[in-house]
Amino acid sequence: MIRDVRLAHADFDPAHEMAHFTARQDAGGVTSFLGKVRSEASDNPVLALELRHYAPLTLPGMEELAMRAERNWKLTGLLIIHREGVMEPGDPIVLVACGARHRRDAFEASDFLMDHLKSESWFWKREKTANGWRWIEPRAQDADDLARWAHIR
Amino acid sequence: MSLKLVFLGRLEDVAGHGEIALDIAGPLTLSEIAERLEPQLAVAISAANVRIALNGSLVSPGGWTAGNGDELAFLPPVSGG
Repeated sequence: MIRDVRLAHADFDPAHEMAHFTARQDAGGVTSFLGKVRSEASDNPVLALELRHYAPLTLPGMEELAMRAERNWKLTGLLIIHREGVMEPGDPIVLVACGARHRRDAFEASDFLMDHLKSESWFWKREKTANGWRWIEPRAQDADDLARWAHIR
Repeated sequence: MSLKLVFLGRLEDVAGHGEIALDIAGPLTLSEIAERLEPQLAVAISAANVRIALNGSLVSPGGWTAGNGDELAFLPPVSGG
């Protein structure tokens, strides 16, 4: 079982990371999700996105989340790379990948990881448009997404 | 003696800084710390949805004091990646 959980302080190359992650394990299948900075917010072009974190909590929380996924699904590998800092449209924000002998484990674990990274991990996000910087508040949808996993210990 | 306060997310805008060093005579409770801050900031950090971490561990709003060399972080709801 490979566990690779990182907080990235600079741009990273998702294709390179996926090739490396996939080669390191004997999985029957590997799923991945890549989150990128979108180019528009409420019809305003996004000039930049900043993710702030709190070092004592953010990476330790991501590692705990990874261990929770490993306890609940049979994985051969788990990868989380999450950016912090200032990014531009098109830049990768988060890459999650799970390898497993059977696809259902890989799909479900990736989905679980993304829902929790989006709504429970210690990141604060603000967007810069022509109107200036604006902090992004949590959405009701985030709570609904988490509720899907209430049965997972 | 000094206590470090850290403000994340929108709380940084309310505080005007990401960090404030508070000169203190001894350990303080949360309400004693709030009394030392601008009223608008004191209200913002006391919101029910703001979590608190003392030296990197989450704590409840009561039952502790923070003193010299401690780091107290105020964490508003997270907005995800």
